[in-house]
Amino acid sequence: MTDAALEHGAGVPTAEVEELELYHPHGWITKYVFCQDAKYIALQYSGTAIAIGLLALLMSWVIRIQLAFPGAIPFIDANVYYQSVTMHGMIMVVYLLTAIFLGGFGNYLIPLMVGARDMVFPFVNMLSYWVYLLAVIVLAASYFAPGGPTGAGWTLYPPQAILSGTPGREWGIILMLASLALFIIGFTMGGLNYVVTVLQGRTRGMTLMRMPLTVWGIFAAAVMALLAFPGLFVAAVMLLLDRTLGTSFFMPAIVEFGEHSKTQGGSPILFQHLFWFFGHPEVYIVALPAFGMVSDLIATHARKNIFGYRMMVWAIVAIGVLSMIVWGHHMYVSGMDPWFGFFFAVTTLAIAVPTALKVYNWVLTLWRADIHFTTPMLFALGFLVTFVNGGLTGLYLGNVIVDVPLSATMFVVAHFHMVMGVAPILVIFGAIYHWYPKITGRMMDETLGKIHFWITFLGAYAIFFPMHYLGVLGVPRRFYELGETAFVPPSAATLNVVITVMALIVGFAQSIFFLNLFKSLKYGKPAGGNPWRATTLEWQTPETPPGHGNFGPKLPIVYRWAYAYNVPGAPEDYLPQNAPPLTVEHRS
Amino acid sequence: MSVMGLFFVFIASVAVLYLARQGVMQSPWLEEGEVATHPDARGLAPPPAAKVGLIVFLAVAGCLFSLLAAAFFMRMESADWRSPPAPAILWVNTVTLALSSALLHAAKRAAQRDALQPLRARLSASGAAAALFLFGQMWAWREMAAQGFYAASNPANAFFYLLTGTHALHLFGGLVALARALDRARGATSVHEVETIVDLCAIYWSFLFVVWLAMLAMLSGGADGLGVICRRLLA
Repeated sequence: MTDAALEHGAGVPTAEVEELELYHPHGWITKYVFCQDAKYIALQYSGTAIAIGLLALLMSWVIRIQLAFPGAIPFIDANVYYQSVTMHGMIMVVYLLTAIFLGGFGNYLIPLMVGARDMVFPFVNMLSYWVYLLAVIVLAASYFAPGGPTGAGWTLYPPQAILSGTPGREWGIILMLASLALFIIGFTMGGLNYVVTVLQGRTRGMTLMRMPLTVWGIFAAAVMALLAFPGLFVAAVMLLLDRTLGTSFFMPAIVEFGEHSKTQGGSPILFQHLFWFFGHPEVYIVALPAFGMVSDLIATHARKNIFGYRMMVWAIVAIGVLSMIVWGHHMYVSGMDPWFGFFFAVTTLAIAVPTALKVYNWVLTLWRADIHFTTPMLFALGFLVTFVNGGLTGLYLGNVIVDVPLSATMFVVAHFHMVMGVAPILVIFGAIYHWYPKITGRMMDETLGKIHFWITFLGAYAIFFPMHYLGVLGVPRRFYELGETAFVPPSAATLNVVITVMALIVGFAQSIFFLNLFKSLKYGKPAGGNPWRATTLEWQTPETPPGHGNFGPKLPIVYRWAYAYNVPGAPEDYLPQNAPPLTVEHRS
Repeated sequence: MSVMGLFFVFIASVAVLYLARQGVMQSPWLEEGEVATHPDARGLAPPPAAKVGLIVFLAVAGCLFSLLAAAFFMRMESADWRSPPAPAILWVNTVTLALSSALLHAAKRAAQRDALQPLRARLSASGAAAALFLFGQMWAWREMAAQGFYAASNPANAFFYLLTGTHALHLFGGLVALARALDRARGATSVHEVETIVDLCAIYWSFLFVVWLAMLAMLSGGADGLGVICRRLLA
């Protein structure tokens, strides 16, 4: 460090905060219900997201049972099937993945990792959770409304979404759109917090380029979500008006049961533009936090600095920017100008460059590293393989001429489940195994964790790998029943049975995870403050689990980047970000 | 969607420039020790978090309004589009909103001069003008409905209600903040207690005024040419 830097440092205010009292809740309600502590809000977000996610898991079983054994369960008729498809998709994408990555991990990790006492606007942050909860309740309420939830498919395309004949046309669609609007309002409150905390709340010494990649990933995803969700908001509000007031934003002239509708001239394509303006960035809103977390998991459990940190940051930013201008690739078959298709194919394939760069960097981080095959590391490696897999099929679908025949087949279902279903969920599990000791002070059971990993990982491949083949055969997606077709061989039905059986097994296997989660709360091995010997600030808190205000009376001062593993001359194989610089004797 | 494209290019350039200034070219693995890039170390006070929060929120709201504009221009292409005549009161409302915004900026200057009494007066006057604007907008709605321009009868009418309604809701949210500012200014002994919130209100009002001007151009048909340009670009 130069003298000049020291002098400058002298002008920095001390990191002490006298009014630490501010961060202590007063009374039961403010501690356990209307809590403004980001760590507690994170748990509320995660708990709600996982609970509604379990409902979506149930829905996936309904879908799978119908596909493998058509008509075997009388309760699953075409309406229930389409309702399940819709709710499964919407819940998983928006209410589980987005909420748990940003609301859950974002809230828990951002303040701890950047060395802040809390989010910058704790009250707004609390409000964000309660609006989210309301959105979830409104969504779940559609199960009890007359006609049940909407069965329009998760994309909710008009005109069919609000025409009679689509299940849930009476109330389901209204509740769905209202719930989405609420979710977006709630998310915007949270998103402002995540972004401004990263920009303003960092502790002394924590420059942007010293932030762990987890924070970078969540930060970039939050920015993208703030800019992309208005697309869904506008689409939802306008569709809601079409449904309730009879406007014709999206509704074209339609003859329904021999009667001409009052609407005319509306543009369903306009809805698709607005929806996918949100819908595509959404993929990366889920993927970027996963990228960030997996980088930290790999570096920590391989005891090596992340390869090409700066490139990783640039890649995150590049992916964030590019992903906002690729939405048209979801509309190759909607009928658009060929130049549009060309433009969107180019931008789509261009995303492969920063993404591949990240994959190379992860692999190079692992190269000759001291890899510990802990449960979090297994999940991180599982993610790596799965993401490459799903990414490669994305290259097929990104090309217009290859996409046209594959569009609306099971190939697409296989692709997006691999890339934004299985891959991020593996990261979520890995991250829970990794950060659980900090959250609870106890380790999760490694044996149960490994059993959980192998069943989930291999099972997910058994489910989604054969789906690519079904797609190439031409098996269409969204169909309630295949019936007899000239081009689908009978073996496809056998394959469907295999997939369903695996889906049931993998679903049930998640109970191992929940068993581990609850059992370890009481019987887990005490973890201590830093069981993984990690460098980032959340592991250096004076208390575990961290108390209100996170860092005790003094905020940490950051002296180095987040990946100081195996530094020559250091007393241990890692140097925490807030450990004072090594003295000359150490270095020699 | 080219309206959206322009807006997005703007946001992306701001973000990239900001990141470049924040040192994304550094090599953090080579640097150890305290660094001098802490905002305070350069002798500059960091902007208050609330101000940064507001700027980020303006980006979100800007995104919302540009998407609405994009939808407006795309929907306009259909043959069934019949623009309703813009109610004359909209021009009066424009003046009211301009006045409200100008008064807030005057309040901000009063805060800088440490003049608490004029600050209070200007805040109240600005709030009253904004409330008058909202009232005028409702009047415009009534006028539209009285002439039979219902939301369901034509998409152009529906867009009129949607755009003005969204704008009014945003202004209403601003009024809540303004009411809080006024409340604090009443009890304040020094302008420093309200300086930030007045500043934020002034920024927000300018934003909403600019958005309103663009909206007025769209609703009164002044921006039809822009729609044609957009379509040319796309076609």
